[in-house]
Amino acid sequence: MEALATIARIAAEAGDAVVDPATAKNTAAAASAGYAYGLAAIGPGIGIGIIFGKAIESMARQPEAAGMVRTTMFLGVAFTEALALIGFVAFILLKFA
Amino acid sequence: MNNNVNPSVLAMRDTGPSPEAEITRDIVKRGLIAAPVLIGASWLIWGDAGAWSSAYGLGLVLCNFMIAAGLVATTARISYALMMAATLFGYILRLGVVALAVMLVRNEPWVDLVALGLTLIVTHLGLLFWEMRFISASLAFPGLRPAVVTPTTVSPDSFSQESASA
Repeated sequence: MEALATIARIAAEAGDAVVDPATAKNTAAAASAGYAYGLAAIGPGIGIGIIFGKAIESMARQPEAAGMVRTTMFLGVAFTEALALIGFVAFILLKFA
Repeated sequence: MNNNVNPSVLAMRDTGPSPEAEITRDIVKRGLIAAPVLIGASWLIWGDAGAWSSAYGLGLVLCNFMIAAGLVATTARISYALMMAATLFGYILRLGVVALAVMLVRNEPWVDLVALGLTLIVTHLGLLFWEMRFISASLAFPGLRPAVVTPTTVSPDSFSQESASA
């Protein structure tokens, strides 16, 4: 019960505190950066899954074309990863630069 | 839904030469060729910190390519299923390693984050486009290909026959 009262008192003090605009901006930038990085990692993850699924299907249908399939698959995966890297760079620039 | 896919595909593996290793070797070679130009340009724009950051970023990108190729090449010799799993988890792992590598040095005096971030994107995409032009040409005109890649795909049936004959 005492812990609950402490939490309530801290929350009340925080609610009364005046937030500095620069602090608010930094907090918003940090939150946006986190969302940007997280969202940017989802798309490439789905993309890489699709690329690999299709590549395995292709190699199963035509094993003799496996070399060509793997070549294009590797390049496709690397291009898809570039999206995640762009998200990561947006994250570090928003958060730390 | 058609059923033309070999049901035992997950047990298939590839014991032939790895095209990923070949691609990555080319990319690393081209990265080393482009490195002086990139580092010089960064030095002109951002100074010493830009040059060091660009060199670090280029190293990260090349290591990332090498780890990706190593994962695919190694696991493809074991099974395609493992290759798929290793690549999907490898994606998360490599993204984490790149993030960690940047986080560890972000407060160092020799790091310029803008230069480092731009180098990561420009180098990754630039080297890929450079390699893709070569790959596209060699796929369209096989005579231009420097070495013929002849992969050997081993299905579980042939593998069991090999084991039986041995």
